[in-house]
Amino acid sequence: MTLPLSQIGLNAPAAVQKVGGERSFRRRLMELGLVPGTEVTITKIAPMGDPLEIKVRGSRLSIRQQEASVLMVELPGDHAQVA
Amino acid sequence: MGSTQNTNATPLVVMAGNPNTGKTSLFNHLSGQRSRVGNYPGVTVERKSTSLQLGEIQVELVDLPGCYSLTARSPEEQIAVNTVAGGVRQANPNLVVVVVDATQLIRNLYLLTQLLELQVPCVVALNMIDEMGPQSPDPAVIQQVFGVPCVPTNGRTGQGIQSLKDAIVTALDAGPTPVPEIPYPPALQADIDAVIPSLPPSWRDTEARGRALALWALNSVDGTDELLDIDAELREAVETRATAAAAAQRDIDTEAISARYIWLDEQQEVLCSSAPARSRTESVDSVLLHPVYGFASFLLVMLVIFQALFAGADPLIGLVETAFSWMSEHAIAILPASILTDLFTEGILAGVGSVVVFLPQILLLFLFIGLMEDSGYMSRAAFLMDRIMRAIGLHGRAFVPMMSGFACAVPAIMATRTMERRRDRYLTMMVIPLMSCSARLPVYTLVIATLFPPSNLFGLVPVQGLLMVGMYLFGTIIALVATAVLGRTVLKGQHIPLLMELPPYRMPTFGLVLRRMWERSRLFLSEAGGVILVCTIILWGLLSFPGTTPPPDGATQEEVATWQQTSLEQSYGGQLGKAIEPAIRPLGLDWKIGVGIIGAFAAREVFVSTMGLVYGVGDAADEESMSLREHMTAEVHTDGSPVYTPLAGLSLMVFFALACQCVSTLAVVKRETHGYRWPVFMFVYMTLLAWMASFVVYQGGMLLGLG
Repeated sequence: MTLPLSQIGLNAPAAVQKVGGERSFRRRLMELGLVPGTEVTITKIAPMGDPLEIKVRGSRLSIRQQEASVLMVELPGDHAQVA
Repeated sequence: MGSTQNTNATPLVVMAGNPNTGKTSLFNHLSGQRSRVGNYPGVTVERKSTSLQLGEIQVELVDLPGCYSLTARSPEEQIAVNTVAGGVRQANPNLVVVVVDATQLIRNLYLLTQLLELQVPCVVALNMIDEMGPQSPDPAVIQQVFGVPCVPTNGRTGQGIQSLKDAIVTALDAGPTPVPEIPYPPALQADIDAVIPSLPPSWRDTEARGRALALWALNSVDGTDELLDIDAELREAVETRATAAAAAQRDIDTEAISARYIWLDEQQEVLCSSAPARSRTESVDSVLLHPVYGFASFLLVMLVIFQALFAGADPLIGLVETAFSWMSEHAIAILPASILTDLFTEGILAGVGSVVVFLPQILLLFLFIGLMEDSGYMSRAAFLMDRIMRAIGLHGRAFVPMMSGFACAVPAIMATRTMERRRDRYLTMMVIPLMSCSARLPVYTLVIATLFPPSNLFGLVPVQGLLMVGMYLFGTIIALVATAVLGRTVLKGQHIPLLMELPPYRMPTFGLVLRRMWERSRLFLSEAGGVILVCTIILWGLLSFPGTTPPPDGATQEEVATWQQTSLEQSYGGQLGKAIEPAIRPLGLDWKIGVGIIGAFAAREVFVSTMGLVYGVGDAADEESMSLREHMTAEVHTDGSPVYTPLAGLSLMVFFALACQCVSTLAVVKRETHGYRWPVFMFVYMTLLAWMASFVVYQGGMLLGLG
């Protein structure tokens, strides 16, 4: 099962499956290390609900909900369930 | 495109690296105290450079703006590839010093990989190893994996600078560097092969460069990019391949970027890289990003900055003013009374004074910005404020410059540099002067105190205080509305989402902060100072010429004041005030106020002293002057009705709140945008806005019978 990053909840590691959205933003995200297969975790949500702080390859990035909703991730254990 | 070989005798060395790697402090350590600040060709991005003596050879060292990669969609991002690979009007560098943050090794080495693919000779400065402790990556291993020299450095202490200099000298003589063998999928290899023939010849002088730049084009060029100097043939070749790839359900960007990361991840085991624990940063963040404590500490920080700019700078500003009036007095005493003396004291000295007077606030604001940037708090502030700023089409980083506008627009506009995107910078600049700055305070005070007697609304709320708060709120609301409107019209840019790094907290290096304060001040003095000086002298001339015969020595104060009054009325400025009267009449204002408005261009608070001259009270009048207030209340139109009705006063305040009555602001906008287009636009839109708002207030009030 894949779902948007915006829906995985706090501190639940997931694997990047596909980065969507506008090209230059998608490219920038991937160049910061969010390529398919990379582990990503939401570590904080800003007090007003937006933006999010995500952890990827040891660094922290701030990304808005709107963009997190087009970044598809896969939760670990999904494969086992499907199988 | 057509890059030029660097045939200059002086080798060109470029410093590149991700943002937040300590690159600037390394550059400063290398350059010592000398560096030049200019611009990259064709774009308004600062280019810092210095000439560096390394033993027997001299090199030109250029600091590249921080970047994560070489791919680009805007001219600003294109600087990186043009500087390292040679673009229009730019020579190929002889060497690139890549500053690598040891705590973010793989992501930093991504940039190095791209540079090596271009066959650019590189030297790695492995920075911030002091933060890594025992798990620090080994420079020797990096050297082995990438085949380039790697020197451990510490930008904080300057450790390793000499070894870095030695490595630069050695590498300048070394041969070509090995190209990493990135496992690009065959389909992408075919795309690269197909694009190479369409590259400009200088971009494919070696096979590796051709391949790397073809891939750069495949990743950067598309129908919506804003890149400069990409010829039609290359665009067409890229678009043909992109269309074919899309039809085959392939994504060229994912293929290229993934392949590099796959290759880097394979090296990871040898490199032994791991990110250090962020436990300290985490515990600080649990307070500073907390829903309650986070906003409370943010408000506290803003309050300290605001108080420092607003009140803390006051004694310094007073000192500057005292120093200049002292100089002026002594000059008058020494020099013979003549028009040249007047030019020197009232034009030039006063003009230099009006430039220098900005320094305290600029220095203070950049002290705080430096501390916030270097500690990592600026990103947190932006993180907290982003949701609010998003509502008006900006992002969190615009908050600090906008808030600084309450103190003074000049340093606030300079502070927009903390924003990465040009559109965001320009949009913020265009609305900052709408925030009521401290120079409007004397004008509000004078008008309110003169026309609105102390009384309480409903017996509770003091009317004077309410009006003052109201003026600040009014300016702020108009600024927010203007941001939303301009952002959707004049400065409508493609929606580029916010993506910001939240670096670990670090102790700021005081020397670096001081250096930035000094650099900003120097740039202000050298590039905006001249314009402000010239404008101040012109304004002085307008208000002093042609002039009338001064009263004899020993004339009473009253006689002097009357002479000043007639002299001003007959001056070009006075005539101009009369000329614009028809335009400001519908706002409830007369020519005398018109003269005040013209005088206020030098600085808004000058309105008060100009009004002192207009009403024959003398030029020493300030907003507390009772005789100035009395004269204003006694002023009547030719039909005998009073000039200063509360409604006219309100109209005047509204005009001052919105009009761009400040040559210094315009001069700084000219400097920051490198041209006359934006300052002219700012002046026109703000003046029109002010006129319309005053018109609505005055005529609306008249219709309601409030006149």
